[in-house]
Amino acid sequence: MNRMQKQSQVAMGLLRAIAGFVVLILAFLIGYIFITGLPNISWKFLTSPAKAFSAGGGIGIQLFNSFYLLILAMLISLPIALGASIYLNEYAKDNWFTSTIRTAIEILSSLPSVVVGLFGFLLFVVQYNFGFSIISGALTLTIFNLPLLTRNIEEALASVADDQRQGGLGLGLSKYETIIHIVVPAALPGIISGIILCSGRVFGEAAALIYTAGQSAPALNFADWNPFNIDSPLSPLRPAETLAVHIWKINSEGIMPDLTKVSSGSAAVLVLAILIFNLSARYIGRKVFEKMTSMD
Amino acid sequence: MQTIFDTQSNERFIYHFNPEENSIEMQTKDLEISYGKTLAMQHADIQFKKNTITALIGPSGSGKSTFLRALNRMNDDVATVKGQILYQGVNINQPGIDVYEVRRRIGMVFQRPNPFAKSIYDNVTFALQRRGVHNKKVLDEVVETTLKQAAVWDQVKDSLHKSALSLSGGQAQRVCIARVLAVKPDVLLLDEPASALDPVSTSQLEQTLRELKPNYTIIIVTHNMQQAARLSDYTVFFNLGEAIEYNKTRKIFTRPKIQLTDDYVSGNFG
Repeated sequence: MNRMQKQSQVAMGLLRAIAGFVVLILAFLIGYIFITGLPNISWKFLTSPAKAFSAGGGIGIQLFNSFYLLILAMLISLPIALGASIYLNEYAKDNWFTSTIRTAIEILSSLPSVVVGLFGFLLFVVQYNFGFSIISGALTLTIFNLPLLTRNIEEALASVADDQRQGGLGLGLSKYETIIHIVVPAALPGIISGIILCSGRVFGEAAALIYTAGQSAPALNFADWNPFNIDSPLSPLRPAETLAVHIWKINSEGIMPDLTKVSSGSAAVLVLAILIFNLSARYIGRKVFEKMTSMD
Repeated sequence: MQTIFDTQSNERFIYHFNPEENSIEMQTKDLEISYGKTLAMQHADIQFKKNTITALIGPSGSGKSTFLRALNRMNDDVATVKGQILYQGVNINQPGIDVYEVRRRIGMVFQRPNPFAKSIYDNVTFALQRRGVHNKKVLDEVVETTLKQAAVWDQVKDSLHKSALSLSGGQAQRVCIARVLAVKPDVLLLDEPASALDPVSTSQLEQTLRELKPNYTIIIVTHNMQQAARLSDYTVFFNLGEAIEYNKTRKIFTRPKIQLTDDYVSGNFG
């Protein structure tokens, strides 16, 4: 065996070991969380409200809050991100203005989430007087989510071949018609994957919510779906501790006797949800693409 | 018939029709196309006769695609086009011209088949639907007529509502032609439409174009000189951003007037 072959083999082995190590860490983390957490999960745990002092509390309200905040944050950020990414990818010329926008998006996406959270606290909670509430949390999550979502959608749009645009223009359609009716539908699989991936990130976010959506989960009346009543699950002005915040909170100041059980159970649910988001992003993106390209 | 030698240089021969005897569908005058400060095309005063096929040939970078894309103003965003582009006697290269209407009447088919991520039916009817045609009977009829014209009806008539992305290259390209025909153009511009197709699909495509000729004026960019010789009535030879020779295809390929053309068509360069 000559020197170059040997070199290549050693390099290959080293790279494999590094990759394997990374996978191993992930497998260990997820394995640990699941092994300690999954046995504590039951239907009752998933649906009953938390208890502060006695054993047997669940995470029902926190789970509902997490999803409700996620949906609201996505509803607010999706139109903005879609508009921004269409502008950046389809219309923007390469000049100082657009490069400023891009830099701003990059900086925004690298801001620590606790900073975003404190910003949301000062602006929405204090300045606008929304208090610790769903709406403060959702707006803060929007700020946290926008840069990444914009990036993801922009990448999906950029991956649409240019001849699709040419085809539209060549038929006498306007640029706007071409983008909305040809480019965006063609980018749909990528856009959907991007949305789901961002959902996973938003779902697991804690630091941005501690000072905005609050750390309490008051009892909700699940029979009342009028958003104007304060104990309605839909009320945007009620405080809403999410699952991720709950984990943080009970670990820092929880006093219930089954603390470890609740904590590891919650962590397992959180990780499971994020795993489902990530796997389904790939699956749904691929399915949508197959459906668009298939013969039947 | 009237021919004019270019006075500035003896190295060009551009055939000119007598407009009184021939119906001229399109014509360029004093055309100058530039990308930024780079001049990409000049000295291209070409007339295109109605219901003929004209081939644009020349080596890579000769400007033939640039020229073609100027004809329906597809170059608007990337290049500066000076001079006149006459379509049925009207200069379409001036402000106030409805560029969308220009592109509807002067349709374009591209190098790579580019069906939209929609059903075959929607690919063909999409532009009409955007223009407010929603009558299903009308649309059905357009789909059938244009797919028949593009000679792909028999292969796709049972799968009209399936995705056009699943079609083979040759079928996809002919659906793209049907899509252009659906908006009822007078002129068809084709930019190397067969370069991504296999020989069988290519010959089917050529047959389709021959069948379309009586009703359309066809201008086709091709790298394939046999294709130009087989298919076209007239040929323009471009080199380094100029039209060097324009004549009947038979003459270009048998007795070219310019040495450079001769060198190119006999494969000495290109």
